[in-house]
Amino acid sequence: MMRALALVAGMLAPAGAIAEGQVTDFPLDNGMQVVVIEDHRVPVVTHMVWYRTGAADEPQGRSGVAHYLEHLMFKGTETLEAGEFSATVARHGGRDNAFTSWDYTAYYQRVAADRLGLMMRMEADRMVNLRLAERDTVTERNVILEERNQRVENDPAALFREQKRAAQYLNHPYGIPIIGWRAEVESLDRDAALDFYRRHYAPNNAILVVAGDVTPQQVRRLAEKHYGAIPANPDLPPRTRPQEPPQLAERRVIMRDARVGTPHLSRAYLAPERDSGTQEKAAALALLANLLGGGQTSVLTEKLQFEDNLAVHTAAYYGGTSLDATSFDIVVVPAQDVSLTDAEAALDTALAEFLAEGIDPDALERIKFQARAELIYERDDTQKLAHRYGRALTQGLTIADVQAWPDILQSVTGDDIMAAAREVFDKRRAVTGFLDKKELTQ
Amino acid sequence: MIRATLRLCLAALTGALMLAAPGARAAIDIQKVETPGGLTAWLVEDHTIPFTALEIRFRGGTALDSPEKAGATSLMTALLEEGAGEMDARAFARARDSLATTFRFDASTDAVRVSARFLTENREAALGLLRKSLTQPRFDAEAIERVRGQMMANLRSDANDPRSMADKAFEAAVFGDHPYAIPGDGTLDTVPNLARDDIVAAHRGALARDRIYIGAAGDITADELAALLDDLLGDLPETGTPLPGDADPAFSGETQVVDFDTPQSVAVFGQPGVAIDDPDFFAVYIVNRILGGGSFESRLMEELREKRGLTYGVGTYLADRDHAKLWMGSLASSNDTMAQAVRLVRSEWARLARDGVTEQELQDAKTYLTGAYPLRFDGNAPIARIIVGMQMQGLPIDYVRTRNDRIRAVTLEEVNRVAAERLDPEALSFTVVGQPEGMTAPAN
Repeated sequence: MMRALALVAGMLAPAGAIAEGQVTDFPLDNGMQVVVIEDHRVPVVTHMVWYRTGAADEPQGRSGVAHYLEHLMFKGTETLEAGEFSATVARHGGRDNAFTSWDYTAYYQRVAADRLGLMMRMEADRMVNLRLAERDTVTERNVILEERNQRVENDPAALFREQKRAAQYLNHPYGIPIIGWRAEVESLDRDAALDFYRRHYAPNNAILVVAGDVTPQQVRRLAEKHYGAIPANPDLPPRTRPQEPPQLAERRVIMRDARVGTPHLSRAYLAPERDSGTQEKAAALALLANLLGGGQTSVLTEKLQFEDNLAVHTAAYYGGTSLDATSFDIVVVPAQDVSLTDAEAALDTALAEFLAEGIDPDALERIKFQARAELIYERDDTQKLAHRYGRALTQGLTIADVQAWPDILQSVTGDDIMAAAREVFDKRRAVTGFLDKKELTQ
Repeated sequence: MIRATLRLCLAALTGALMLAAPGARAAIDIQKVETPGGLTAWLVEDHTIPFTALEIRFRGGTALDSPEKAGATSLMTALLEEGAGEMDARAFARARDSLATTFRFDASTDAVRVSARFLTENREAALGLLRKSLTQPRFDAEAIERVRGQMMANLRSDANDPRSMADKAFEAAVFGDHPYAIPGDGTLDTVPNLARDDIVAAHRGALARDRIYIGAAGDITADELAALLDDLLGDLPETGTPLPGDADPAFSGETQVVDFDTPQSVAVFGQPGVAIDDPDFFAVYIVNRILGGGSFESRLMEELREKRGLTYGVGTYLADRDHAKLWMGSLASSNDTMAQAVRLVRSEWARLARDGVTEQELQDAKTYLTGAYPLRFDGNAPIARIIVGMQMQGLPIDYVRTRNDRIRAVTLEEVNRVAAERLDPEALSFTVVGQPEGMTAPAN
């Protein structure tokens, strides 16, 4: 819902090749990057500002501060009262919100196209003029603790994902939850938020994405007026995070919770991400995820659900868009009378068979055709396109990378996919997790 | 597939606490299409993108199930994509994926819903496949057992999910003997006993021509749509299972606590609602926006979240169900603060009923509601969903053009009159799941 953590589920997300001329980009003099996605069917725009900073850029011991700041960005500036930003958007018939991930923090409004200038004025204002009352920062910290309760503490599967992710990353801050570890969230304060704000929020660390019923000329004129007036921050810190050492040891995470109704197992292999100019391996992994666990015709579904009836649900995901090393994830929900241990053995057998048998060319062609069709369907949803560009540009990719992706996907061969699978499916770089009921035997 | 994507394993974190209210509007041109075979559809033609979104609703849904067969309609609906005609489940899925078409089948309490999108370049083939799934589903024994296993896994998961527990306990308390009191996906007791005959009967009873509503948007003409619909739906039976009568929801005004060991309590609450054809509907709709229907601006969000940090979200909405109108809400708060949160909801409810709203609140609500309306019509898929919903609600085809004027016409006097008449603090009933301090759980 609101002021929300971004979903960082990775799926096959075929990117952009959009109708000729739909996407335009240009920089402002202060270094702010601008992307315009035109869709003139309805008089509406989505206005987004993405910062190249997120939870993985936090100082040690202050987990959750990027997300905490995101909430506090609604608490007023020199000229706006706390809450007045959202109230103003609503008064103009719009909706606003924000979200935080490991690699980015983004703010957006969706509003009638003729209100774009007002949105830019307010967004530019809070880029540099945030003013926080001590009382608001304490109250909002409680809101975030309730958010953590709702998303995590009340849901054993979410607690399990946190534990598993912490085991996945030996050194990289991707192992720390976006919302923060509870004890560290409890100690966040106004100063911690403002330190993070001053360090990272500047036009040369931001991307403006406007999607909808606008022209690039209109956006340029308004953006130069509102954002162009803000000076660049010459002291922007370099974006380097602690990287993963060679991972040499298989990890297992076993969690039991009385609230678990349906046990499941999941495995995450550390996997390379999409890198600018070299997206081929990532494209192979995206297709691999789809072939293995992308739906009813996928390999794991066939083997574990149709042939052996060992599972009620299987899925594979690959979140390729990421600044640093990402993961390839597999989930299996066993049938009721099948143990997690037996389900894992069946998964390992299925993966070994897949590596031995290779790829069904018809299945690969189906998936590639679906990816081509997606280029048509996605034109119906410019907000999704806006998200794609914002994510890519905050996660180390360029507009050219986004637009090259569909062709790269189409050029991937079965051999490429098998090579990527053999490289990634190495248990020394994997975490396997069991989430089980409290009593081991039911 | 992934019907009911298992909540526990997908990283879907969206806590959809707030529901939008009914309606539709904007600069769209809705055509009424009448087919030679006697079907009616609404269409918004737009040839910009070479695909069509099609939404079909069969009024009835899981409320057609008898108590002992609870879950039959849900199981039947999930099985529509599990084999049809000469194709078993896997052959059907391969055929569908080869066409890059998407079909989504699901059952709500009031309708079986079919959502399809298909490319213009292979429209005939895609619709041929959809036709088979609707008119010639196989209900193979293998598929029934597989999907039953998925439903059972979801039910076991829901049985330990506080939000799901709260919804079910609330509905059981409010709806008494009405089918709305029965969980739409059945129970751990009923689902194992559903036989193939029950599923076949649910299919025959739910997918009938006397209860179809159709919305389409995208790259298709009225003539093309008419021909296609007769072919798609012509073979379905004329009539189906009689619809249930209206419910008589009972609101005790009490707070029911369901004991569950988890750190944060979840509350669902409600009182009688209002029908969309009620002359006071828009005034009530505005009251709801001010009370709890706004995102950050509502009174409840201001009092509970912004001022006190008691919750991440609290919201209210008007639930316009076919056989019951409710004014609903929900929130989550730590076990040690839930009692305070519930007291505040009750006092805000009473305060608005007693003191009404200010002129400024009314104006802000109106500018939001009228300004936000056109933002909904932003694609073929959402437009098709909106226009099929309008038909099910019985709204006129020109509603989109008149709706905002009706909101603007509401006066402060009307809003404050309906706030006093319709907000009913005495009836406002809560179900809380968790271990909320200072709120006692009855033996359960």
